[in-house]
Amino acid sequence: MDSALLPHGVKRCSPWAFFFWTLPWLGLLAWGGLSAFLCLWKGLNQTNMSNVFAFALWIVFDLAVIALGAGAFFTGFLTYIINKKELRNIINTAVIIGFICYSGAMAMLGIDIGQPIRGWFIFWHANIHSMLVEVSFCITCYLMVLAIEFLPIILENRKLEEIKELRLFGHNLHEIMAVFAATGTFLSFFHQGSLGGMFGVMYARPFAAREGFYIWPWTFFLFVLSAIACGPLFTILCTKLAELLTRKKLVPDSAIQALAKISAWLLSFYIVLKIFDYLGWIYGVVPRAGLTFESFFREGPYGVWMVVCEIIFCGILPAVILITPQGRKNQGWLILAALLTCIGIVLNRFLFIIVTLAIPVMPFERFWSYLPTWQEWGVGLAVVGYGFLVFSLAYRYLPVFPKEKELNPAPES
Amino acid sequence: MKKENDNGKPRHRYGMVIDLDKCTGCGTCMIACAAENNVSVRPDQSDKERAITWMRLYKITNGKEFPDTEVSYFPRPCMHCDHHPPCVSVCVATATKLDFNTGIVSQIYTRCIGCRYCQAACPYGARYFNWWDAYFPKDKGLDRYLSPEVSPRMRGVVEKCTFCHHRLMRAKEQAYAEGRREIEEHEYQTACTEACPVQAITFGDLNNPDHKVSKLVKHPFTFRLLERLGTEPKVYYYSSRDWVRKLGDNFLPGEYKPVLHKTWMQEEWSTKPGRDTY
Repeated sequence: MDSALLPHGVKRCSPWAFFFWTLPWLGLLAWGGLSAFLCLWKGLNQTNMSNVFAFALWIVFDLAVIALGAGAFFTGFLTYIINKKELRNIINTAVIIGFICYSGAMAMLGIDIGQPIRGWFIFWHANIHSMLVEVSFCITCYLMVLAIEFLPIILENRKLEEIKELRLFGHNLHEIMAVFAATGTFLSFFHQGSLGGMFGVMYARPFAAREGFYIWPWTFFLFVLSAIACGPLFTILCTKLAELLTRKKLVPDSAIQALAKISAWLLSFYIVLKIFDYLGWIYGVVPRAGLTFESFFREGPYGVWMVVCEIIFCGILPAVILITPQGRKNQGWLILAALLTCIGIVLNRFLFIIVTLAIPVMPFERFWSYLPTWQEWGVGLAVVGYGFLVFSLAYRYLPVFPKEKELNPAPES
Repeated sequence: MKKENDNGKPRHRYGMVIDLDKCTGCGTCMIACAAENNVSVRPDQSDKERAITWMRLYKITNGKEFPDTEVSYFPRPCMHCDHHPPCVSVCVATATKLDFNTGIVSQIYTRCIGCRYCQAACPYGARYFNWWDAYFPKDKGLDRYLSPEVSPRMRGVVEKCTFCHHRLMRAKEQAYAEGRREIEEHEYQTACTEACPVQAITFGDLNNPDHKVSKLVKHPFTFRLLERLGTEPKVYYYSSRDWVRKLGDNFLPGEYKPVLHKTWMQEEWSTKPGRDTY
């Protein structure tokens, strides 16, 4: 039915099988659509957010997907600026995942703000002292860069390529991609950092507050570092999932190994700095506020175990696995380490958002709890559905993996 | 922060002192505040996580068993932090501002986009988000009590105590009409200050040595909420009881130093009339 649209020389499932594959993701999108409609129509009272939990599930999703989507800018930087040629086999995947993550996060933010129609006030009445302004500016600009980076991949579709003008346009875009990669790197560096800065600057919230360098709290640098460490690993995870589902080898091992090795060193560096950050915070910021590390975890479900998980099981352990050549060359260990790293980064963002707000600062304030409503889950999971859908469509109709044909030669008949 | 404005005139720094020894926890300040400022209500006001109470009353105890139990109440308006207010620098759309000439932290409702970053940054929980459309039940006649001086807030924006800023505007207009450049202490008082039946709240200009608040804040029994975080609140509390003062901030074991001054202890400053003249 759609064979004329499929890339040359590769095998794809039947249109019906593809249609059935998309149903659960369309279902998630429908759920998210209904939830978003209710939130926009009736207001944010549809959520379980409150004056205590001003930031909740959506912000955790936002920060998580933006960190996981960092593979796009960092792989772009390595491919086009550092000129690591083997990564050209995985750059398309990284760009598409980045695009999904950033566009999903933007859509979610549009619902999360109380007055979405006034969203443009961020740019019109920008408060240059706010970290969130920098985040908003850079994310918006970077989404445009990602769209430009995604465009040549779309234009490589078999049917679109037949149109000469589009083919030339796509080809020329490819030629100047280094410019966009550099722009993307610059923008991403600052918004990943500012996302961390957002929490570090909350000096009256001792759980999040950090000291730093000049105007940047340490979280600024740690968020950048953690994002560039885990982003490529998430790209690897998505590639491995695609390989598992399609039962094909899609990316040469050289690309995966190159990316895993770089991530391993970055993750190790990050974990060392993160441990120093924790120590500096425990012995500096916290006692200055008249508190102790244990005092944060006296009430509620959040305990020291979260910090232990973040540093040891989702930090040191994957770093050790990935840094040893035997570890990262073993398929199972590589996937486990990538998975643990991604969980660790999500846990880190969760701690900075939910636990920061859950812990009362005033000594006589009580501890409040929060559980998301189905509307909040709906909007959050819609991003997952949207991601699966866009990636599946891209895989089906676009030459996302340049070496797919070479790695899976057609059986001789 | 500079003590003078660009014209060389001393700037005002409005603030208040709340006497916790006098406060009975009656809640009149909360009611007066809500009525004065058109604060929207909910059919179920017991939903404390989402109800709007610019002035909120906390009940605290010394944690001891009967008969040693002691109770005190903490009325908590916005602290109008004087030094780099945590909410102001984070606001994306410059919808909240520390007014240099009054020290009042304002909120521009029509500019707020409802991102709630300010709520996350405020350690006092003094900022409230409008989760619903404004609601003033007609069958209870609440709509007839709306003040024309304060705009009701729309759904999806953050609001907070403004130190009844409209009253300052009113007082200034009156002074202008009478050819005066400055307003008197009694001309600008917040609704909670006026309503308190035991006069536990004192309001005025902290920079004006003639105002009562500027004298009260020098008393050794006055303290501020979470003072060590460095927000410099302009709302002060007064209590002669050590355990109350201790609950005003977080302290590591052995860090809290009780206020011991023989003269005051002997003269029982906490109960004697006229102690405010210190």
